[in-house]
Order: sequence, then structure tokens, then C-alpha cells
Amino acid sequence: MKHRFEILVQLKPGLLDPQGKAVQGSLPTMGWTNVSDVRVGKHVALTVDAESEEAARAQVEEMARRLLSNPVIEGFRILAAEQVGG
Amino acid sequence: MGEEPLHRALGLTDDELEAIRATLGRDPNPNELAMYGAMWSEHCSYKSSKIHLRRLPTQGPHVLVGPGQDAGVVDVGDGLAVAFKMESHSHPSAIEPYQGAATGIGGIVRDIVAMGARPIASLDPLMFGPLTEERNRWLLEGVVAGIGGYGNCIGVPTVGGEVKFAEPHSTNPAINVMCVGIAPVGRLITADRQVHEGSLMVLIGASTGRDGIGGVSVLASRTIEEDAAESRPSVQIGDPFAEKLAIEACMELVERDLLEGLQDLGGAGLTCAVSESTARARLGVELNLDAVPLREPNLEVFEILTSESQERMLAIVRPELLDDVREVCTRWGLASAVVGKMVPGGKLTVERGGKVVAEVPARSLADEGPVYERTIEPPRGFAEILEDDPTFATVTADPREAFFAVLSSPNIASKRFVWEQYDYVVQGGTVVGPSADAAILRLDGTLKAIALSTDGKGRFGHLDPYLGAAHAVAEAARNVAVMGAEPLAITNCMNFGNPERPEVMWQFAESIQGMADACRAFGTPVTGGNVSFYNESGGSAIWPTPVIGMLGLIDDYRLLARPGFPEPRLLVYLLGETFAELGGSEFADVVLGRISGRPPALDLEREGALHGALIEAARGDLVASAHDCSDGGLAVALAESAMAGGTGFALALPGDVPWYVTLFAESASRAVVSVSPDRAGDLEALASAHRVPFSRIGETGGPRMVFDTLFETTVEEARAAYEEAIPKLLSG
Amino acid sequence: MSEGRPRVGVVTFPGSLDDRDALWAVAFMGGEGVPLWHADHDLSGVDAVLLPGGFSYGDYLRTGAIARFAPIMEEVRDFVESGAPVVGICNGFQILCEAGLLPGALIRNRTLRFICRSVDVRVETSLSSLTEGLVPGEVLRIPVKHGEGQFVASSKDLERIEGEGLVTFRYCAPDGTVDDEHNVNGSANGIAGVRNARGNVVGLMPHPEHAVDPDVGPTGGQPLLASLLSRALMRS
Repeated sequence: MKHRFEILVQLKPGLLDPQGKAVQGSLPTMGWTNVSDVRVGKHVALTVDAESEEAARAQVEEMARRLLSNPVIEGFRILAAEQVGG
Repeated sequence: MGEEPLHRALGLTDDELEAIRATLGRDPNPNELAMYGAMWSEHCSYKSSKIHLRRLPTQGPHVLVGPGQDAGVVDVGDGLAVAFKMESHSHPSAIEPYQGAATGIGGIVRDIVAMGARPIASLDPLMFGPLTEERNRWLLEGVVAGIGGYGNCIGVPTVGGEVKFAEPHSTNPAINVMCVGIAPVGRLITADRQVHEGSLMVLIGASTGRDGIGGVSVLASRTIEEDAAESRPSVQIGDPFAEKLAIEACMELVERDLLEGLQDLGGAGLTCAVSESTARARLGVELNLDAVPLREPNLEVFEILTSESQERMLAIVRPELLDDVREVCTRWGLASAVVGKMVPGGKLTVERGGKVVAEVPARSLADEGPVYERTIEPPRGFAEILEDDPTFATVTADPREAFFAVLSSPNIASKRFVWEQYDYVVQGGTVVGPSADAAILRLDGTLKAIALSTDGKGRFGHLDPYLGAAHAVAEAARNVAVMGAEPLAITNCMNFGNPERPEVMWQFAESIQGMADACRAFGTPVTGGNVSFYNESGGSAIWPTPVIGMLGLIDDYRLLARPGFPEPRLLVYLLGETFAELGGSEFADVVLGRISGRPPALDLEREGALHGALIEAARGDLVASAHDCSDGGLAVALAESAMAGGTGFALALPGDVPWYVTLFAESASRAVVSVSPDRAGDLEALASAHRVPFSRIGETGGPRMVFDTLFETTVEEARAAYEEAIPKLLSG
Repeated sequence: MSEGRPRVGVVTFPGSLDDRDALWAVAFMGGEGVPLWHADHDLSGVDAVLLPGGFSYGDYLRTGAIARFAPIMEEVRDFVESGAPVVGICNGFQILCEAGLLPGALIRNRTLRFICRSVDVRVETSLSSLTEGLVPGEVLRIPVKHGEGQFVASSKDLERIEGEGLVTFRYCAPDGTVDDEHNVNGSANGIAGVRNARGNVVGLMPHPEHAVDPDVGPTGGQPLLASLLSRALMRS
């Protein structure tokens, strides 16, 4: 069976995020002065073919640990999993 | 249905439809119309410009390939050939600056690869509206990021270019990109290489999607799916990683002599590449669309044929070499598919699902597009603008303030913000990178180097298109000569408004004449280039701006001249003469608020004489420094020499000329050189021998820049103003 | 064991750009450059390995993230274990960090822009394959050209890196002063390069291979490549 997973990859808290900082700097010039603590991460979506959702999830976690994120500076979270047809 | 007829929706006129009918002997089907619509567009067929372009000199002793193939090629001796070409990508960049610029780089690089040459440099002349407007800042930042993002990732150093600012570019930025490559002469892939019947067409690289299918999308209204509209992006997205792999794979294919032909897929995609290579081979082709690797399912015939998906190349291969070719592609991680076979005759036959879906003569598409002789008429009010000569204005400006105003004006100020975003070091051949008069790249295995410069004179062109074009060629040649290189040949990009307007066509015709006369005078034929029309909005066109890409050659790169004053106590000379002509100058624009008058005169013989003198001076190791004197006039040339070398100067002003003429007139055919006192006599003798006027104008030394008793400043103060101007403007 | 020049292998990944330049520089400095292919399990018996600059895999996902899984990286790992000299330049540095062979990570420059410029770097230790025989405090002029060269690490890791003397180069002023003005990309503590504890593995963002030929630029890379070649010679 196939499941589509969505994974969020984020910089670890406390690490400087230059992109987040740049976004945060731009918002006031557009009129929003009430925004703080902007972090920019990555969203990865993929479809896994496995015997069960649990089996697929375990594999996705390993993929996230080994390739999709850099554990030195990033953490990840599986946002959603949905069975898909075919 | 009461809608516009299909052919008109595809951009074809009724007469063009008739011509197609006459050629085919029947009505064209929608797929064939799509192919003609793409190939007979202005962009692909040059229908408005062809008759004028024929007036350009295209031949010369060094020219191996002139206009008409993917890029021009020049023989530089030692068995080496240089392929080079310039193109525009202005319209996509105005919509999506990063991707527009990035895919522009991708396209021009593939044109060089298609000649069998390895890309070794790129240069980018850019024109934007004033940075005081946010949109123009957004465009500049996006375009520069895109050029860097793509160019840096493929390992081609970006070593030069220009950034100019003018109000007309606010709605129509001009983005030109030039690429240069090198190949042993025997390895070139030119039209001379014979293509045989039975040879196979192999599509290499990225899969084909719906990228860039703009006007042709009207065809889909008959069979469209609900969400297909979203999947028809009008902007192509570039993948520089895929491009890098394609470059390496093609270099290996070319080095191992596995190809009969190689072509880039650019505008009009597969239709263009297939029809042009088939026509060139004087054969026909059977094209099988089922074999084309697709990025998504359910692409229609016309979509596959006109898709502008990036990073694809078309190779022509003997059947017995196919396995080797595919192995190379696979090793470099590239898909390859046999999509066609060369057959006798001249027809381009397209099949899908076993049925013929289009069949047209290849030459009709590629070579027999319409040729128009559009109406020409000078614009009204033209004479008035010329008469309004700022040279005779009353100048009340303070000299020191005027100097800083010109030095820090965006057209003059340092473009470091731009070129430090480009890798100008990769491949290890850059002897002189951005910010000198020309970029110098040494040729591996020899002591030779090529010199590259790009120059456009839009403001001059606005006032006098003939002179604007001639000045652009003259300045480009001067920029390579001043470093010691002999000008060899040019490529060019013509940036103009709507050719259906007689004034624009007049500007074009005049520009071509100016370019032709100057190229003949300097012996620099045109080896190819690009015409970009329709750069206008609301009836307001950009200034007529031919941008010239000059290729020069240095025999020994150790003997080149650089612009910076290297040390104190050198004598500073002005080679050439300054005349009272402020028309079109930066001073007139920035200090007097006037863009009017006649541009400076240009004596082609004097200009050529200066080039000869400069080249001989550099080769004889006679001068300590040499710098072109142009935008901003003598004051700017001196300041740039001082800042580049870190050494100030003291200038003596002639008493009988207004200070602003001496300092800011942009007279042609001048250069600022510094020479050690014991060689001054030799310099004067050399100038005389070449019949170049000269005057000793000052001396180098110290931290200050002393303009006679008029005013003075320091090198550091000038540097601060020069370097900070653009970053300050960009921070809004 | 072999007489003659030390052999330095330069790995080409898909998207490597300064690989040819590194091979050229090795030869320029008197060594023998040996091209190595990412997909091979073969180091061709070289005496040292260099991972070059470029955009391997387009820098997609993260710089160096995909290249670190290349087949040849298994051999490189064993090579590191054996104490052999392994150098990562720019993208090569990023790959070594992703592979865990060097501490820390490289992220986008704080200006969010690519920068190509000759800079000064200060040598911090002589205990590495690139700095043997150099004096700490020495200032070298070398070009940088990168968009993702900001060195970062957790505060714990940073403490360890500093405490164990693993910092090999720092960005500095021409006189050797390390300050924010000369920190070209915002790296923590101005770090331009680090070594492993053993000193055989070194990574740096500046490009020494583009700083050996006086005809095209500064020559701060000469002593670094000389050091690498002499270390390589010791193994051969």
C-alpha cells in the first residue's frame, strides 16, 4: 500500500537563521510590525510503498534522519501521512 | 465559434498563411500552424531585421563561422577557435527576474556547447530603470541573483558585463547575456560537418514539459483539461545542475568525435532544433514524438513540438555510434532518446501513435520565413532634441560637487555589488576579471589570451542611432585595445522597440549602418548575434541600444596593460583630443538635467589609430597603465585609474577650455595612460608615429586627487562615494 | 614507496566545478593529480585525497548532503581512518561536514548573497595536513567564492572545537586581526576552516587551488598545497 508523507525540516532552535532574519526584516516595511521569531524551514513530500503505515513511517523517519535533515543543525517532524490510491 | 482564426491567434498574418498554403499545396493542420507560428515569429525568423542585417560585414580572415549557426567562431591561432555569441532574455526577466536571467544564461551556454566548444566565460550587459523605484531594485537584485545562481553552479566564470540605468528601462529592462567558448579547430561542430541519411536524432537531457508554451496555448482550448492552465507556465525554470551534466556529457561526446551534429533546444524548442539541423543537412527527418521523454503525461502534439523546457540538446549520431553516445549520457546521469532518423528529401515528418500528425518542408520552417521591409521614418521632434545642446548651457555647478555627482551616479559608480555575486575565478584562466576595461582570459597551453568587452551606448543612440551604434563598436574595440589586445570580431544584441512603428525601424536601420561602418573601419566582422524587438510598453520604447560583444586577442598575456596607476611619480598623458561636446554625457544628465544635443563626433580613422598605438604601447611594455576614457569623461577615467592603483594624481587643466568640458566631455578616441618619465619620449614618438594627438596632463602620486586649482579630494574619499552609491540605493 | 611525485586524488562528483582546477594546482605545485570518480570504489592508490569545490548535485537539499553518500565516500572514510591526508575545499568542506568527518556545518552567508573576493585568512594551527610547517598567526591571501560558507555549530560543539584547537583558519584583516568587519560570511568566531582531532582531515571555505599562480591572483594557497604534498609524500 502507498502512503504520502509530509515532513517538516527545521533549523534547531537557537541557531542563527539568516533567511528567517531577512524575512523578519522585510515584514515591517510592508506594514507588519507585530511579527517576531521568524524561522524558515523545508517541506518535503513523498510517497512510500510499504506493507503498512507503521512500516512506511519507520522508513520515512530513517530517510529524514540520514538524508532529508542534517542532525547537526536540523530537526524534523512528520506532519501528515495519508494513504493514497494505486 | 466566431473567435479569432487560429493562424492569427498564433501570430501569423493572413499573407503568411497564404505563403504556407502555397508551400504545402494544401491547408496546414493545427500542429503545422503551431510549428510555423513559432518558427516564423519575429524572435525565430528575424523577419523585420533580416534585410538590414545583410548590410553588416560578416567575413574576415579569422572568421571560421559567421552568422547563421548556433554561434560565431573565430580562429585565434595555435589550432584554437573561439566560439562566442550574445543573446537577450529581456521579456522573461521582466516577469520573473531570477529565472528569466538564469534561463537566459542556460540558453546562450548551450549555443556555445552546440558548436563543440567548452564554455569558458560569460558576460552580462544589463539595463534597468532608475533604482529610486522599488520595482527596478527588485528586478536588478533578481536578475543578478539569477545570473549568479545559474552561472556559478555550472562552473562558467562571469567575467564582465555592464549595468546601465535609464528611465525607459523601467518597464522594459534589457537583459543581454554573452558566452564564450574554446575548442581545437578540428573539433568544431559546424554546418560543414556532413550529416548522412540514416543518422539518428538523439534528444539528450531534461524531459519535456509544458514550459514556455505561451501563445501556442490557444490550441489547447479545444481539448483542455481543467487544471492544465496552471501547468502551462509562461516562465521556464532552469536547472543548472542538469546543465552542468549536459555540458560535461557533450564535451565528452565532442572530444571523442561521436557526433555528426549538435544543437541546442531554445526558442521554439524541438521544432526549431529539428528543422534547423535538418535544413542545414539538406535532408529530411522522421520525428517520432512517442520517443520523447515527457515530464508529465498527456502532452499534446503541439506542446511537445514547441515546449521550451530547458537543458535539452539534440545530437545527430551515426547508428553504429549510438551505444557509445548513450553510454556517455548515462554515465553523466542524463536521459537520451532516439527521436528521429535522417531521410532523403527535405520533409520534416512528425509521427505519433503510428500516424503522421504534421509534415512540412524543413527549409520552409527554418530558412524561408517571411522577410519584411518595414516602413522607416525618423521620429518627430528629433531635430529639436539635437539642437538643444548642453555644451552651450550656462554651468553654475560647483566643480567638486559636480565631480562627486558624476562619480557616484549609478551609471558610473562601482558595480561591485553585482560582480562580487559572480564566480569569476573558476576554471583558473581569468587573468583580469570584472571592473577593468576588458576581461582577459588566458588560453591554456599557450601564452595567448582573449580580451572580452561588452558595450552599449543607449543614451547616445537615443540622440543619434547611427552614432550610438558606431560609438558602441568603437568603445568595445578601444576597451580591448587599451589592454593590449587586437580587436578581432564582434557579436551583438540589438535591443529595440516595436518594429511595426516606423520610428523604431528607422532607429534600427540607422544603428545597423553605424555598426557596419565602424566594424569595417576596425576590421571586426559580425559573427552572429541576436535581435530583440518589442521592448516597449504603452507606445514608449527603450532607447535604441545595440550592445556589442568584442573579442580581442593578446599574443602574450604577460604584456597586457591595466587601468590602475601603479606608483607615484609617473607622468600622466591623455592620448586623443577632447572637444567641446557634452551632448548625451553623464555630466549633462546628472548635473544639468539634460539628455539632449548631438553625441560626440566619431572619426573612425582616428579611433583606429588610437587602437594601434595602444596595442603597440602595451606590447612594448611602454606604459605603466592604460585606461579607456569614455563614460563620465576624463575626470572619471582619472579617478578610476587612481582608485584601481591606490595612487592619486595632480592634473593640470588647460586654461582656455571650460573646466566642465575638459573634465566631463565624452569625446571619442581617448585613453589615459601613465608612463615613467624616462620612457615618456618613447611614448610621444609612438603616438606621433600612429598620428594620435597627445598631451601630458599631470603626474601620479600621493593620496590626493588634485584637479589643478579647481578642487581636490582624496583617493579614499572618491572610493567611498564610488563604492557606496549602488549599495545605498539598493537599501531603499 | 614510489619514487617521484606525491599522488593526490581529486574526486569528481556530478556538479563538481573546481576539480580540474585542483588537479591543475597540484601539478603546478609539483605533485601528480589523479582524477577519481564518485561512483567508483577505488582511490587508485593515491597518497592524499582532495574533495574539490563546486555545486555537487546542484547543492540541492543541502550543500554536500547528497554527495556524502557517493560510493567513493566509503573508501574516503577508510582512508581517513588510516590517518591519510584528506582535504575538503568549499563544497568539499561541506561534504566532509555532512559526512561527519569534520565537526559543524555550513549554512547560507549572512548576507544571503554569493560572494567572490580575495580575502585574508589567519593560520591558527600547524597541526593539520594543510598547515604543517606554517606558523600560527601567519596571514594568507586566498579567494573565497561561495553562497553557503557560514560555519555554525551548537555552542557545545563550538566550545569543543575551540578548546581542542581544531580551528585551522579564521577570516581576518590584512594584519591578522580577527573582527566582524572581515568576517566575510558571518561564520561563528570567524572560522574559515577546521581540522579533525588527528589533524589529517582539513576543510576550508577559501580556495587554495585558485591561489597558487601569480598570473591570475594571490598566492596564499602555495604554502597550503606544499604542506599537503609533503604530507602525501611521507605516505608514498
